[in-house]
Order: sequence, then structure tokens, then C-alpha cells
Amino acid sequence: MVTASWYLILAAGLFTIGAVGLLVRRNPLIMFMCVELMLNAVNLTFITFGRELGDIGGQVSVFFVLVVAAAEVVVGLAIVVAINRRRPQATADDLSVLRG
Amino acid sequence: METAVFIVCAAIVLAGALGVVLARNPVHAALSLVGTLFGMAVLFLNLEAHFLAAVQIIVYAGAIVVLFLFVIMLLGVDRLEDLSVEPITGQRVLAAIVGLGTFGLAVAFLVTSDIGLPGQEALTGPITDQYQYSNLRQIADVLFTKYVYAFEATAALLTISVVGAVVMSRRIARADQAQEAPESQEAAGDD
Amino acid sequence: MSTLVDLVWLIPAFPLAGVLILMALGRRLGEPRAGWLATAMMGGSFIATLLVFIGLVGHEGDERETVLTLFEWVPAGKLAVDIGFLADPLSITMALFVTGVGALIHLYSIGYMHGDADFSRFFIYLNLFAFSMLMLVLGDNLLLTFLGWEGVGACSYLLISFWFTDEANASAGKKAFVTNRVGDWGFLVAMFLAFLTFGSLQYGEIFFDVESNGVAAGTASAIVVLLLVGAAGKSAQFPLHIWLPDAMAGPTPVSALIHAATMVTAGVYLLTRMNPIIAEAHGWVPDLIMWVGLGTALMAATIAVAQNDIKKVLAYSTVSQLGFMFVAVGSGAYVAAIFHMVTHAFFKALLFLGAGSVIHGMDGDQDIRRYGGLARLLPITSMTFVAGWLAIAGVPPFSGFWSKDEILAYAYGENKVLWVLLLATAILTAFYMTRLVLMTFFGPPRWISGDAAGDVEAGDAVGTAAPDKAAPPHRHPHESPWTMTIPLVVLAGLAMVAGVFNLPFTSDVHFLGNWLKPSLFGNEGHLPFGGGTQWVLALVAIVGSLGGVSAGAAVYIRRRIDPARIEHPFLARAWRIDEIVTNFMGGPGRRAFERTTQFDEQVVDGAVNATGTLIRRAGSRLRVSQSGLVRSYALGIAIGAVALLAWFISRAGF
Repeated sequence: MVTASWYLILAAGLFTIGAVGLLVRRNPLIMFMCVELMLNAVNLTFITFGRELGDIGGQVSVFFVLVVAAAEVVVGLAIVVAINRRRPQATADDLSVLRG
Repeated sequence: METAVFIVCAAIVLAGALGVVLARNPVHAALSLVGTLFGMAVLFLNLEAHFLAAVQIIVYAGAIVVLFLFVIMLLGVDRLEDLSVEPITGQRVLAAIVGLGTFGLAVAFLVTSDIGLPGQEALTGPITDQYQYSNLRQIADVLFTKYVYAFEATAALLTISVVGAVVMSRRIARADQAQEAPESQEAAGDD
Repeated sequence: MSTLVDLVWLIPAFPLAGVLILMALGRRLGEPRAGWLATAMMGGSFIATLLVFIGLVGHEGDERETVLTLFEWVPAGKLAVDIGFLADPLSITMALFVTGVGALIHLYSIGYMHGDADFSRFFIYLNLFAFSMLMLVLGDNLLLTFLGWEGVGACSYLLISFWFTDEANASAGKKAFVTNRVGDWGFLVAMFLAFLTFGSLQYGEIFFDVESNGVAAGTASAIVVLLLVGAAGKSAQFPLHIWLPDAMAGPTPVSALIHAATMVTAGVYLLTRMNPIIAEAHGWVPDLIMWVGLGTALMAATIAVAQNDIKKVLAYSTVSQLGFMFVAVGSGAYVAAIFHMVTHAFFKALLFLGAGSVIHGMDGDQDIRRYGGLARLLPITSMTFVAGWLAIAGVPPFSGFWSKDEILAYAYGENKVLWVLLLATAILTAFYMTRLVLMTFFGPPRWISGDAAGDVEAGDAVGTAAPDKAAPPHRHPHESPWTMTIPLVVLAGLAMVAGVFNLPFTSDVHFLGNWLKPSLFGNEGHLPFGGGTQWVLALVAIVGSLGGVSAGAAVYIRRRIDPARIEHPFLARAWRIDEIVTNFMGGPGRRAFERTTQFDEQVVDGAVNATGTLIRRAGSRLRVSQSGLVRSYALGIAIGAVALLAWFISRAGF
């Protein structure tokens, strides 16, 4: 019998993997993918709670998260393209010009 | 049946996630991400979120991951990343602590919260019972009434992000060319 | 009829419009249209004042007081100040001669400032001054009056230093400004005290409060003494009179308008306006005003005897006449003070404008030792100047006689010693004005041949340029254009007949006294003796004036006494007051300032600098955390998120 807790624990695990990946990986594209993982984990939580509480609002929130994620990817990838044009093969660590 | 689907999908999701994080090649990472997203879509179906499951496939797996792959191919950044070294001291240790903290605390919260573990019963019986409407109609009902301003705002957000992406990725005259021909700088700027 | 009184807002609106138009278009209008515009604005203002005056006359005696509130200006809790105009007999009397004399002087300036590079700038200042002065006069509360007070001070500064390329002019302006600040301090503190005591700054409310609840004599005394400090600054009373003679550095129409007819009378106006408070003060307070006025009058008259700069003579004469007005205020003769203010505005403006005409004719030379025999060459100027001379000397039936006689009568009623000293001042006034007239317009000309050189060493006034002995001045004195002579003629007519405003014979012809009654709330003093004594006093005053005139004639025409024995250097140096001030400020004053500077540099600046240094050092330490590595920042966010999560869980209260 699958309870809500299962879904929530799965979401927590997925979020943790995404967060650790974001911190560990240096390729900006993969960092973006990790962000998508974290967003998906949150989406799962939303839907689970919406289901648990009988509220469609959870699914509407996920809809908005999807839209924002799409916009984020568009802008983020444009930034990656712009950076790569100036400094090919740059990793996130190479972009430290704003060092204090 | 539901249990079996959940276990299989959860395994796919976690495996895909680990693949994203551990793959040295960005293309492999992107493909792993597709796996995760498919698993998520099935889980959404399990949770009676039919519309979102479809959107998940179309938008995420269809559009976003393709965009990722497109950029990877375009820039040719599909070279292997060396994961054996970490330039920032203590980053991995702290990342591990953060990961353990996040997961541990979230689970601890679930376990110890005063309502106990939520959903002691199986997640059966659809939300629609109360409304007798399809999942899609329920979302639409709320989206175009209660959340209509937010919905319109997302339209503006998407437009702005598209314009922003175009502006940023526009090919601007390179600095060395501008130095060679300073008088053509204005013309180059209007390009 | 009340509609006419409601036009009071038009009075300052005209000059303000002039300022704005000239600021926008002045340079494009150029000469002389900018001047004509400014003059037309003053004329409009004068006509508006006349209409309000007619409106007020239409009211019954006690109802001749209208407050027109335009809008709320400072609504700050208990302190509520409105932009409101008070139209009552006192303010309208002031406004009448301010706008009337002002319009004439504007007209005169068109001729006088002819050819000046900053023609339109001059008229901006002049209109701005008129606006400020009218705000001062018409304001229905102390703060609005203070606004006008500061405005006229600023305009005075701007106009004294009008030709600022000359160092002496610029520093004369600064001197006037600084000296006036001392007075303004008094006004400000008086205003604070008034607000503390009465809870309002509006004249009507203050006076109502005084009438219904009374006020402690000590408080009233403090307010009046502080106001006296302010009034002494603006009206050039001892010891704050030192700026006025230097203010003569400005163009002569400015001297006539600001430093003779209008602005310097603001102090007298203020004290007259506050007469209900003076009435509540201790007995010594009016006496203080009186003695300050007397001391100033006598001292300035003695100084005027020894000055050789035509404008300086008139400047000290102004200081002296203002002293007369203070004596009048101090002895409760508010009507006499205002009466003398009006007649003085006429004849002193006339004298200054006449002096300007002479200076104009003499190509800018101001030294009367190089004048002489100008009567034939400047016929209109000399005729009108003579009228002004007779008026200020107190020869009947010219206007000065009537107003001065009234002040002398009240002084006699107050204190016999006061009267004697004041009479001596009046005689001195007649003497030095005779000297001025004789040396300027009569006797042998001293400007063709160089024989003025012999007189030069006699007394070299402080601040007067030493006469150029090497080059005997060759000049071609000429009469001024009609724009300059018409104001002279009009003012001369007024100086002759203005006495009829307030004739002393019966109470019916005491027009000004009856007119001003509603503004004085019955605080006007009364002569403690009958008409007989008054006749005797008048006769003594006439004899005194004529004596002064003939003494002047004896010295400066018949040469019975060597003028050098009268024009003592001590007098020429204005009793060395400037030097005393300079020495004090250069000695103990300077040390005090230096100590203040030291405190400022070490304690105040030290605190500021220490704060800056602390922040900079902390910043350079914290700078290290900005590694520029995105993943480090992300780690920071993640750690923060975990910490927040831990906090939430710990708060969940299982």
C-alpha cells in the first residue's frame, strides 16, 4: 500500500540528489539539469499534498512551476551560449571575475 | 498494482537522477534526465494528475531536454568532465553534509510531525469524486478564474524571457574587430 | 466693498510675476523693456494696494482687519502656519508707501541703470525685493513675516553686492548679511518663544490670547527684547548698525529703496505690529527700545557730520532717523513712529535719488569735497534735493517737521533728558544736511580746478576712496533723463505735503492716528500735557532746526569756524566701532572660533572618520568571502536552507 509518505520521501531523495549535484558539478549545463531535478522533486511534493488534501491548487502550482522552469531554461541556456561564445569550454569555476 | 508501479517508477527516477549527477558526459546526463522525467510523468498519472503528466512529457521531455541537447551539440561542450578533482576546498564535504541534512531533516519532519505520517491510507479514490469533473477541467476552472492574473503574468514572463534570450545570444561584433576598426563600431553595434 | 479687500493677494502677486517673467525672459527683453516690465508690475501692485485701501476705508473702524488665507503652508501638528495675508490699517499703510515709493524707484532705476550689463538681473532683484517686503508686511503670522524678513535680507545682500566684481562691494554685502544674521537669531528665538507661549504664530491668535488670558510680564519682556535684537539688525540700530553705511556700495536706487525707505523700517514695523506684547512687558523694556533708539540717533548724527561721501552722509542720517522711530516706539508713540516712517520714506528716498542723480551727473564721483556749485547745472535735482533737505531738517511746513515734532513731544512727555538729547540730534541733523546741501549745490565748484586737494587731508572717512590728488577732476555735470527726474519731482511734492497726513491741531485732522487705531489695540500712548506745552515744544523745535541750518551756513558758507575742527577724525571713523568689532573678532573672537574648529575637526570629524574607517576595514575583511565562485554561493544558499529547515522543525512543537 503506497501512502503519501512514500512519495514525499522519494521527492526528498530526488531533491537531495539534485542539490548535491548542483554543488558538485562544474559544467553549467549539468548544473541546470540538477536544478530541473530539484524542481521536479518539488512538483511531486505539490501533487502529493494536493491529492492528500483534495485540493486542485497543488496541480495548478505545478503548472506555474513548469512555465517558470521553461522560462528559466530559455534564459539560462541563452546565458550559457553567450558565455561560451566569449570563453569556450568555460566551467562555472572559471567565471569568477566578480571576485571581491 | 499501484505499489508495483510506484516502486518501478521510483527506481527509474532515482537512477536517472543519479545518472545526471554522476555522468561525465553531458549528453549522457541529458538522457538520464529524460528517464527521470518519464518516471515522474508516470508517478503523476499514479496521483491522478493526468494533465500534468502529459505536460511533463511534452514540455520537459519534449522541449526542455531537446533544448539542452541542442545547446550541448551547438557548443560542442560534450567533452568529459573530470570528476576526480574538486578545485574548491571542502566543497564536496559540505555538499555531502547539506545533502544528508536536507534529506534527514525532511524525513525527520515527516516522521515526527504531530499529524504523524500523512496518508496512512492508500492514495485511492480520485480527487474528481468531489467535483465529478475531469482533471483537465478542474485545473482550467481554477486557472482561468482564481489564478487568472498569475496566468496572464506567466504569459508576460515567457515573452520577456524569449526577448531576453534573443538579446543575449545575438551575435555582437567581437572586441578585437572593433579595436581594428574603431570607426565602424557604431555600425557594428547596430548589427 | 469686501471684495476690494480680498484683492490683497494681488499686491505681492504682481512683483512675483515680474520676478518669474524676468527670470525666464529678462535677457531676451533686454534694456529698457525689462525695466519697464518691472516698473509696470510695481505700478500694478500699487494700484492693487490702493484698491484694498479704498476697500478698507469702506469698512467701519473696528472691522478694518481682514485675514485672507490662501492655503495651508506648514501643517505640523500643533504648529499650523498658513499662507495668509493680513489687511489692516497698519499693513496697508506700509504696503502703500512700499509699493508707491517702490514704483517710483523702479522708474528711476531705468534711467540710472542705463547701459549696465546686468540690467535685467537688477530688476529681477528689485522685484524680488518688493515681493519679499510685501510678504513681510502683509503676512498674517510671524513665520510668513520672517520669510519676507529673510527674503529682503537676501535681496539686500544681492543688491549691495550687485557689482560683485569689486571686492569692496562683495565684502560689504557679506557684512550686511552677517550682521543681519545676528539680528535674525533674535527674531527666530522670539518666534520660538512666542509659539511656546501662545501655541500659535498668527498675529490674530497671539493678540487674542494676550487679551483673554494675559501673559507673564517676564515672557513678554523676553519676546520683545529678542524682537528688538532682530529689529536692531534689520533697522540698523546700535550696535548692529555697522552694515548700513557699507551697504551704500550698492547702486543708488537700491540705497533709496532698501536702505532708506522700506527694508530698514521693517524693524519698526515689527515692533509696532507686536505692540500688544510690548504693552504686557516690564516697564524697562520700552525704555530700552527708547534709549537704544536715542543712542543710535545721536551717535549716527555726529558721525554724519564728518562724512565726505554723499551716500555715507545719507546712510548715517538714515540710521539716525531710524533711531527717532525707535524712540517713538519706545515711548508708545506708534502713530508717530509710522508717521515718521512714511515721511522719512518720502524725503530720504528723494534725497538718495537726488544723490544718485548728482552721482550720475558727476560720472560716479561720490565725494562731496569735489562737488560744489551744482545748483545751476542740475536745476531739477537741486530744487528737489532742497525740498528733501528742508523736510529732514524739520523746517515747517515740510513733512519732516510734523513727524519729528510729534516724536519730540512724546519724548518730552516721557523723559526730559531724552527730549534734550533728541532735540540736540535734530539740530545736528539740520546741521549736517545743510553742510551736505551747501557743499554739493552751492559755493564755488571744486571739480574744474584741483583746489579740492587742500581739503582732502582734513578727514578721510573710513571706506571712502582717497581723492585722487594727481588728476583734478574735469567734469561735465549734466541733468539726468526724465525717468530719473519724474520720481524726484513726485517725491519732492510728497516730502513737502506729507505732513497733512497727521496734523496735530485737533483730533479730527490726526488722520493717520485715527486710521491706525484698530491695529494698535489702544496701546497708543497719550501726551500728558495740553496744547499749550505742545506749541512751546514745536516752537523750540523750529528754533532748533533753524539754528542748525544757520550754524551749517555759518560754517560752510561764511567760514566762521574751520570745518576741520568739527569734522573730527573720531567722528569720521564712525566712533571706531568698526575697528572695535574687528579687534574683538580678530582677537578673542578668533580664538573662540579656532577652538570651535578644533572641536569640529577632532571630535565631530573624528567620529565621522572613525565610522568610515571601521566600515572600510570590516569591508576588506569580508571581501574575502566574495570568491566569485558560483558554486560557493550556491553552497551558502544550501546551508542556509538546511539551517532554516532545522529551525522550522525545532519550532514545529511536536
